[in-house]
Amino acid sequence: MTAPIFVAEALTKVYRSGDVEIWALRGIDLELFEGEMAVFLGPSGSGKSTLLNIMGGLDQASSGKVRFRDTDLTACTENQLTRYRRDHVGFIFQFYNLIPSLTAWENVSLVTEISRNPMNPGEALEMVGLKDRMTHFPAQLSGGEQQRVAIARAIVKRPEVMLCDEPTGALDSKTGVLVLEALSRVNTELGTTMALITHNAAIRQIAHRVFSFHDGRIAEAHVNERRAKASEVVW
Amino acid sequence: MSMLDRKLLRDLARMWAQVLAIALVMACGVATIVIAIGAYRSLEETRAAFYERYRFGNVFASATRAPLHLRERIARLPGVSGVELRVVRPVLLDMPGMVEPATGMAVSIPDSGEPAVNRLYLRTGRLPQPGRTGEVAVTEPFALAHRMEPGSTFVALMNGRKQQLTVTGIVLSPEYVYSIGPGDMMPDQRRFGVFFMSGAALSGLFDMDGAFNDVALRTQRGANLRAIVDDLDRILRPYGGSGAHDRTDQVSHSFLDNELIQLRAMAAVIPPVFLFVAAFLVNMILSRLITLEREVIGLLKAIGFGPTAIAWHYVKLTLLVVVIGLAIGALSGNWMGRSLTRLYAEFFSFPFLIFRQSLDLYVLAGGVTAVAALAGAARSIWSVVALPAAVAMQPPAPTRYRTFFAGGAAYLRFLSQLTIMALRHLVRWPVRTLLTTLGTSLSVALLVTALFSFDSIDFMIDTIYFQVERQNATITFSQDRSPRAIAAVERLPGIMRAEPFRTTGVIMRNGHRERRLAISAVPDAADLGRILDVGLRPVEPPAVGLLVSERVAALLSLRVGDKVEVELLQKDHRVVTVPVTAIVQSFVGLAVYMRSDALDRLLGEGPRVSGARVSIDPLRLPDLYRTVKVTPAVASIALQDASRQRFRETIEQNITIMTTVYTALAVIITFGVVYNSARIQLSERARELASLRVFGFTRGEVSGVLITELGVMVFLAQPLGWVLGYLFSWSVVKGFESDLFRIPFVINTATFAFSSLVVVAVAAASALIVRRRVDRLDLVGVLKTRE
Repeated sequence: MTAPIFVAEALTKVYRSGDVEIWALRGIDLELFEGEMAVFLGPSGSGKSTLLNIMGGLDQASSGKVRFRDTDLTACTENQLTRYRRDHVGFIFQFYNLIPSLTAWENVSLVTEISRNPMNPGEALEMVGLKDRMTHFPAQLSGGEQQRVAIARAIVKRPEVMLCDEPTGALDSKTGVLVLEALSRVNTELGTTMALITHNAAIRQIAHRVFSFHDGRIAEAHVNERRAKASEVVW
Repeated sequence: MSMLDRKLLRDLARMWAQVLAIALVMACGVATIVIAIGAYRSLEETRAAFYERYRFGNVFASATRAPLHLRERIARLPGVSGVELRVVRPVLLDMPGMVEPATGMAVSIPDSGEPAVNRLYLRTGRLPQPGRTGEVAVTEPFALAHRMEPGSTFVALMNGRKQQLTVTGIVLSPEYVYSIGPGDMMPDQRRFGVFFMSGAALSGLFDMDGAFNDVALRTQRGANLRAIVDDLDRILRPYGGSGAHDRTDQVSHSFLDNELIQLRAMAAVIPPVFLFVAAFLVNMILSRLITLEREVIGLLKAIGFGPTAIAWHYVKLTLLVVVIGLAIGALSGNWMGRSLTRLYAEFFSFPFLIFRQSLDLYVLAGGVTAVAALAGAARSIWSVVALPAAVAMQPPAPTRYRTFFAGGAAYLRFLSQLTIMALRHLVRWPVRTLLTTLGTSLSVALLVTALFSFDSIDFMIDTIYFQVERQNATITFSQDRSPRAIAAVERLPGIMRAEPFRTTGVIMRNGHRERRLAISAVPDAADLGRILDVGLRPVEPPAVGLLVSERVAALLSLRVGDKVEVELLQKDHRVVTVPVTAIVQSFVGLAVYMRSDALDRLLGEGPRVSGARVSIDPLRLPDLYRTVKVTPAVASIALQDASRQRFRETIEQNITIMTTVYTALAVIITFGVVYNSARIQLSERARELASLRVFGFTRGEVSGVLITELGVMVFLAQPLGWVLGYLFSWSVVKGFESDLFRIPFVINTATFAFSSLVVVAVAAASALIVRRRVDRLDLVGVLKTRE
């Protein structure tokens, strides 16, 4: 592992809902390195999704800094953040968020239209093992397959970072493993840095490092001496 | 094609029913404007072209008998470009296969060359040969009504002699686009016809050699019509000239004008309403549709699409819907407009038809709808695009509802929780509730506006034929006669009662306002021809003074007690001053009444009568007809039954076309508003409704929530619709007003009820369609998606 790709310093995020202030992040300091797979663990409301959204340029921090390489994301304009997402980040969501009116191949192609150096959509789908499901609409795919289309859609633009919010949260163990395998493959073969949120403690085994969130802070950072293969994970 | 565009097309295909509903409503807006204004413009243009090509006159006058050598004096008048001196005489006709006598107008045509003014369009056959007494060319409507073609014959009573006439040709004349017989209110092609005859022949028949009794002039562009009218009057005065006038007082022209005014009134009131409803609907639906796309928009942002690209994507979606709507509207509008114009052209007997393609109308209609659609869409697009992607992808925070009256009023306990859910939703979105209600009420209002005219016309016909003109027939003499003629009329077979009347042409003046009209004299205690006051109660004419109708009072700005100047056209243009003693009601023409003896005194030549209103023993009608056909003193006999029927047919034909179109459109609009409203409610609240089903509510109960909401809005829309309909109808009545007709403003309760019934039925049908979708809600699917 080399230079840090992400650096967060004293990051806070406060949501205001009416008169109530909700502290989602209470000062996060964090470095992620190129090619690293990091898992964010923690209960609901512990701040992991908020951090991921800020890292992905989907949300703005209240104070503190996040740098992506030399770019200070907290100082970016809306347009710069759009550009950043387009060029550098791939997202995976718990509920896939595929466009229902586009086929698997078209969902992936959609992203290639706006990226600078995309791979072939078919190649991306092949990487997640869906070569023969390309012409199917989301409604014709199982949950695991939909999530793998989402992964293909994320990797097709060769992002430097992939941010995954509960990618297996809606899946059973068997299909979940297939998804994890696809993600690991992307991590090792393409060297994509990954931050993966999960509730599922079993998944921590595949990470380089595991960050446990509690109450808007990182309570513990743990380095895995030995990473498990995705196929070994069971829950 | 880019993937986003592909998504666009598939989205359109997925929402086809909604897209079609929006497009149809837009199409209605576009179509009404194209139909109403397009037909009006086409007719106006057709008329203008017909007038121009066939050199319709600008100034007209008649005299008793004037020498032909006046031609040069008239032609030298400044601004006159063409002079036609003619003999024009009313005659009684005995048409084959028709028991009652018909009336005809014999008009002379020059024996060499074409008429300088009022040329004829020859449909078939040829014009009569110069000097041939037995040959005539007849106008097309009359020919069609009697199935005449070149070679057909009929008999005319001309100057006391029976004359057999042979048709040589069928013609159309710009002067008789509308031809109305004496004593009639509406054209009746069967009972009144115009025919043209060689000048020499007609003059010979009526002892008019070297003389004329009718003038038509064409003037140069920009000529001073007023001066020409005055000069012509001066020239004809010694020869019994009864007042020159311009096109305004030409019967055919003013009837045609009246029709166009009615068309324009319809075009001015109804299409804007449709366009407004369409614009509002499209705005509402699109804004809600895009709000539903919130999560997709968030996702597109997350992937890296910029706000502009996303906004453009939805702008394109909106524009596509607009284009579909415009296309349907333009095609159907164009087609309907064409058919409508053709129908009118046939009705008016124009020789040709110019259908004017009004590009500006398409641009106007398209522009208004497109702007409304985009405005509706833009609001939602920007509000969603402005959200940070992470927030957009979350479903919107649960809407904050309120209890109705600070802290849940106890008296709401009788309502079920489901009903309260529905009501809270209505109250939570007051603007939306209000607009949907308004949209529905506009449908009611349109139906009322489209249908009320039948009530008004029924009322008008009842008033005219059963309250005012209560005779069975009106006999008009060929010239004014002594009152002894009435005794002769009473001796005709079948006549039970005869009531004399007298009319005289005048110009009435009050300051700078003046109007050419006729004063009708009625005897004291008249029973057949009555006068009604403004409240429609019969009144007796006072011993002195004029009774003027509301329209005349308004035109000349007269009040009871005012003195008005009256120029007697048939009495050397003598000017007298007469007081106005009452304002009375009249729906037809410019009515002014006077008691017979008062008018006789005014004209100062002893009692004279122009004709008689008669009641007839129906069993003896054939006898009467036989006798009248050979009675030279009778110029025409107008039958009330035929006239009433004709009156109703003419007006209703005209109004029915428009009414049918507008009713169909109102149904589409109701469907558009209610169906879309329900569909959007459903998609916005699918989760909520599915949850209810999971809790154990039945399908009926769940769809009840939606139907309650719709029901409340449709219910509230009714009274609002009645009020709006009342206002719209009133403005149509005002727009219809012309010198020829005033439609009384009458709306029956049944019209309100029927309009509501139609709207409620259409709303119920739309609700049922949506209900079927509630029945098919995919519970697991809905609940498994993220919260």
